[in-house]
Amino acid sequence: MTYDFPPLALILFFPALGFLFNLFFGRRYGRSTVNVVGPAAIFGAFAVGLWAFVRLLLMPAGGALGVVLWPWIEAGAFHTDFGLRLDALSGVMTLVVTGVGAFIHLYSVGYMEHDEDYARYFAYMNLFALSMLLLVLADNLLLMFVGWEGVGLCSYLLISFWYTNPQYAYNGRKAFIVNRVGDAGFILGMLTLLLALGSHGVMTLNFTQLRAHSALLSTAVATTAALLLFLGATGKSAQLPLYVWLPDAMVGPTPVSALIHAATMVTAGVYMVARLSFLYRLAPQAMDVVALVGCVTAFFAATIAIVQTDIKRVLAYSTVSQIGYMFLGAGVGAFASGIFHVMTHAFFKGLLFLCAGAVIHALSGEQDMRRMGGLWRRLPVTYATMLIATLAISAVPGFSGFFSKDLILEAVFTSGHWWLWILAVVTAGLTDFYMFRLIFMTFHGECRVEPEKLHHTHEAPAVMTVPLIVLAVCSTFGGLVGLPKGLLWGDAFGRFLAPVVGTFKPALEASALTLGGCAGLAGLAGIALAWLFYLARPELPENIAASLGALYRLLAGKYYVDEFYNLVISRPLFWISTFVLGRAVDTMTIDGFVNGTALSAEESAQALRRVETGNVQFYVLVYLLGAVAVAAYYVYLVIR
Amino acid sequence: MGGYWLTGLVFIPLLGAFFVLLQSEERALWRAAFIFSLLPLAISLYLLFAFRSGDAGYQFVERYPWIPGFGISYHLGMDGISLFLVVLTTLLVSLCLLYSGGGDIAQRPREFCFFMFVLETGLLGALLALDLFLFYVFWELMLIPMYFLIGIWGHGRKIYAAFKFVLFTMFGSILMLVAILYLVHIGHQALGRVTFDLADLLGVTVGKTPARWLFAAFALAFAVKVPMWPVHTWLPDAHTEAPTAGSVILAGVMLKMGAYGFLRFAIPLFPVAAIEATPFFMALAVVGIIYGALVAMVQPDLKRLVAYSSVSHLGFVMLGIFALNPQGVEGAVYQMLNHGLSTGGLFLLVGMIYLRRHTREIAEFGGLWSRLPVFAAIFMVVMLSSIGLPGLNGFVGEFLIMFGTFLHTWQAAAVAVLGIVFGALYMLWTYERVMFGPITKKINETLSDLGAREIAVMVPLIVLMVVMGLYPRPLISRMAPSVDALLARVRTAEQRANTPSGAKLVASLEPSRSHGPR
Repeated sequence: MTYDFPPLALILFFPALGFLFNLFFGRRYGRSTVNVVGPAAIFGAFAVGLWAFVRLLLMPAGGALGVVLWPWIEAGAFHTDFGLRLDALSGVMTLVVTGVGAFIHLYSVGYMEHDEDYARYFAYMNLFALSMLLLVLADNLLLMFVGWEGVGLCSYLLISFWYTNPQYAYNGRKAFIVNRVGDAGFILGMLTLLLALGSHGVMTLNFTQLRAHSALLSTAVATTAALLLFLGATGKSAQLPLYVWLPDAMVGPTPVSALIHAATMVTAGVYMVARLSFLYRLAPQAMDVVALVGCVTAFFAATIAIVQTDIKRVLAYSTVSQIGYMFLGAGVGAFASGIFHVMTHAFFKGLLFLCAGAVIHALSGEQDMRRMGGLWRRLPVTYATMLIATLAISAVPGFSGFFSKDLILEAVFTSGHWWLWILAVVTAGLTDFYMFRLIFMTFHGECRVEPEKLHHTHEAPAVMTVPLIVLAVCSTFGGLVGLPKGLLWGDAFGRFLAPVVGTFKPALEASALTLGGCAGLAGLAGIALAWLFYLARPELPENIAASLGALYRLLAGKYYVDEFYNLVISRPLFWISTFVLGRAVDTMTIDGFVNGTALSAEESAQALRRVETGNVQFYVLVYLLGAVAVAAYYVYLVIR
Repeated sequence: MGGYWLTGLVFIPLLGAFFVLLQSEERALWRAAFIFSLLPLAISLYLLFAFRSGDAGYQFVERYPWIPGFGISYHLGMDGISLFLVVLTTLLVSLCLLYSGGGDIAQRPREFCFFMFVLETGLLGALLALDLFLFYVFWELMLIPMYFLIGIWGHGRKIYAAFKFVLFTMFGSILMLVAILYLVHIGHQALGRVTFDLADLLGVTVGKTPARWLFAAFALAFAVKVPMWPVHTWLPDAHTEAPTAGSVILAGVMLKMGAYGFLRFAIPLFPVAAIEATPFFMALAVVGIIYGALVAMVQPDLKRLVAYSSVSHLGFVMLGIFALNPQGVEGAVYQMLNHGLSTGGLFLLVGMIYLRRHTREIAEFGGLWSRLPVFAAIFMVVMLSSIGLPGLNGFVGEFLIMFGTFLHTWQAAAVAVLGIVFGALYMLWTYERVMFGPITKKINETLSDLGAREIAVMVPLIVLMVVMGLYPRPLISRMAPSVDALLARVRTAEQRANTPSGAKLVASLEPSRSHGPR
C-alpha cells in the first residue's frame, strides 16, 4: 500500500534550504536574490508536491507514498521515526499549502518592497512553510507535533515581526502562550494513547499503526485522548475557548495573515482531527463536543465580526467562524467535507486577506473601513477579485465556498443535529451580512479616505495582482471537485479522501435542495440587510447601535473575553508568583529558616575573621573535625 | 583493561591547573588555558567514539588498591549514564575558558584558570569514581574551587552567596559521609571485610529500616545539589552572584551531580527504599517545576530568572528519574544534557550582556534586537531549546520524561505539563522585554553586537541543540543499556522485597545479577 518515495523529502528540503539561505546570506546577496530564493523554495516544493500527487493518483485508491528519513526517538518499547507519508489527505493539504503558499510568497515580494527586513521576513516565511509541510506530511503524531509547534513559533515570530512596537510583541507572545495551553492538551492526548496502547504492548504514535490497533482503545480512553487532542486543536485553530490570540495576530504583515492566520496554519487543527478520524469515530461524545464547539464558535465569532471596523479584524473573526464550520463538519462525521472547506477556505480567505493587503498597501496603511469607501474605481483588480472571494465565502451558488459549506450543512442536518443546523444557517446569514458590509464599506458609497492618503492611491503592481487573479480563479472553480450528490461526478473529493477519513453516513433523509434553499435564503437576507444598512440607508446602523447600546457594546467589546481571562488567570498568577511564592515562601519562610542558621554561622565566622582572614578556615576546620570524628568512630568499629 | 584513559581525563586538568600558574602574560595565559582545556575535551570525545554502545557495564575501568587497609581502592569506570555528562563537562569548561578570556574576568586571571581546572578534575572524578570514598573525595573537591570562584570573582553579595552555597551542600554531604561509613559498616558485617567499592556494596543486602535511613541521607545530600524544592534557595544566590563561568559550570554540570548521585548511588544501593519514596519525590519534583517557573516569571534580574528556571528544569529531571522506567530515566539523563546546554548558554548570554551594560535588570533593556541582532537570534535559539520546542534538544528530554511519568503516575504528568506552559510564559515574556519594543535607554543604543569569540562560544551549543533535537539516537542508544541495567536491578529488588520466598525465582530470572561475597 505504501510506496517508498524518497523525493518526498524534497518537499521539506526546498523550504529548509530557502530558510537557511535567507537567514545567513539574505542580507549579503541583497533584495533581488532573496526575492527569487524565497518564493522559488515554495514553488519548488509545489512542483515536487504535484509530482507526488500525480503518482498518488495513478495508484489504486487508498495508496500512499512514504519515506523514512531516519529513526528519531526511541526509549524502551517506544520507537518513532522521522518519516513522511503522503496519502490522499496529506496530498491535498500539501498542494494547498505549497500552492497557496507559493503565490502568497510571490505577493510578498511586492508587499515588502519598502521594508528593510526582507531577508528576515522570507526566512521566517520559508521556515513556516517547512514546519507546516512537516505537520502535514509527518507519518506519526509526535513528528506532527514538531510541525505543530514549529508553525506556532513562526506565527509568533511573524506577528511580532515589527518588533519595535510593544503591542505587536505582546500579541506575538499571546499567540504562542495560548497555543502552548492547547499544546499541553496535545501532549497529554498523545500520552493517553501511549499509556492505553502500551498496556497492550503496542507503543506507537505512527498513524498507520494507531489506526490498525485502534480496536484496542476503549471508548473512555478514546474519548479522553480525542478531547485532549481537540484542546490542542482549539488553540491552533482558534476555537472557543482559546480563539483569543487570532484576532490580535492581525498586526503582522498582511501576507502573513493570509498564509498563516487564514489559509493554512489555523486549519491544522481540522487536519489533525481528520487525520485521527478513526480515533474520533470511536468517541461519539468527543465528536459531539467537536461539533458543538465548532458550531458555537462559528456563531459567536460571526456576531463579533458584524460590528468590527478594522478590515483585517473582520476577516480574522470570519476566519474563526469559518474554521468553526470545518469542525462542525468533522464533528458530525463529515471529515472529508471539513477538509473540503479547509481547501476552499484557503483559496477565498487567502484571497480576501491579500485583497485587504492591497487596499491597505494602496492607502498607506489605513485599516479602518470607516475611512475607506468608493475605492472600486481606483483598485479595479482588487475590487473584482475581492468580490469573487466574498461571493465564495458567502456560499453563492457556483462559487467554491458554496459547495463545501453546502456539504457541511447537509451533513449536519442529516446526522440529526438539527439544532446545530439552525445555528449554522443563522451563522451563514451573518456571514453574508458582515462580508457584504465589508465590501460596501470599502469599495462602494462615498469615499471617506483622508485626502493625503488618497493622493497616491494606486492599483498594486503585477507581482501582487497576479496572485490575486490566480486565487480568484481557484475561489471560483475550486469547488467543482465536490459537487452535490447526483450532479455530474458528484462528490469526487469526498470519494478521494474516503480511504483515509472514511465516509459520512447520514442518519436521516432530507432533500438537499430544501436544505440548500434555507441556507440560501438566510444568505440572501444577510446580503439584503447589508445593502440596506451600508448603501441605501447608511444612517441606520448608528441608530440601531444607539438603541441597542448594551448589546452593541458587548459585541464591539468582543464579549470582553480578553478582559475576563486577564482578570481570572493572568493577574492572579502574577500576584501569587510575586507575593506568595517569591516573597512569602521563598524569601521569608525557607530562606528565613536557613538564614537563621547561616547567619549564626556567618557571625561566628565574622568573629573568627578577627584572628583569621576569612570563613573558609572555619568551614574547613569544622568539617575536618567532624569528618575525622565520625571516621574515627567507624575505624574503631571496624578494627574492634 | 582500557589503558589509562580515565586517569588521564581526570588528572590532566589538574596538570593544567599548575601549568597555567606558570604563565605570566595575560593573553598567553588565556590562550594556554583554552588550548590545554581542549585536551580533556579531546579525550572525552575519543571515549565517546570508543564507547561500546551495546554494553551496559562499566568501560575503560581502572582499579588499583589505594588504602588497602580500609578497602579503599582507586576505581574509575564509565557507563552510558556518565559518558555524556563527562563530555558535557569538558565541553563547557573549554567554552567557559574561551569566553572568560574575552574580558569577563578582569582580575587574577591566573588563579581563576587554576580553580577552573581544579574544578574540572573534581567534576570528572566524581562522575567516574566507582569507589564511595573516592567519590566523596571528588565530591568535596569540587566544592572548594567553586567556593573561591564565587567568593573572589563574583558580584554583589558574593561572600554571602558562596557561604550559603557551601553551607547547604556541606549539610547534605556530612550526612552522606555518615551514611557511607554506616553502609561500609553493614558491608563489613555481611562480607567479612571492609570495602568502599561500589560493586561490592551493591551486593550487600541492607535491612529495610537501615536502608530507609541510608537512602534518606544520600537523597538529602543529592537533593540539595539538584536542587529540589524546598532546599533550592542557595541556588538563586549562588547563581546570581557567581561569575559567568561559575554559573555555567554550576548549572551545566554541578547540579547534575545531584541527579547523577541518585542514579549512580542512592537508587541502585537502596532500590526498595527509593521505590517507597517515589510518591514523595515525585510530589517535590512537580512542586519544583511549577514553583520554579512561577517564581522565575517575576524575577527582575535576568540571572536570577535563569537560576529559578533551573529549579523548574531540574524538577523535570527528578520526575523522570523517579518514574523508574526507561522513558523517564533516559529522558532525565537526556534532559540533564539539554539543561547543561541551554541553561549554560543562557548564563553565557546574560554574561555577555552584563559585560556591556554592567547590569542584569530586565527593566534596563528593551529593543536590543535592533542593536544586537546576532545576540538576539542566538538568544532566541537557546531560549527555544530551553522551553522545549520540538525539533530542538529540549523537547526530546521533556517528552520522554512526561512519557515516563505518565506511565508511572499520570496525575503527576498532568500537573507537570503546566510547567511547560509556564516555561514558555516566563521565557517569552523576558525575551519580549529585553529584545523587542523600542530602545528606551539611550545607553543601549551604543552597544555592540557579539564579537567573533563570543559567537565561537555559542556556535557549538547551538549546533548540539539542533543535532540532539533531530537525531537523538546516538545518545540514547549509548545510555539505554546502562539505564536498563539500573532498572532491572530496581525491579529485581522490588520483586524480592514483595515475595519473601521469591528470591530463588528472581535469581533464576537474573542469573548474572547476583553479587555475592567473593
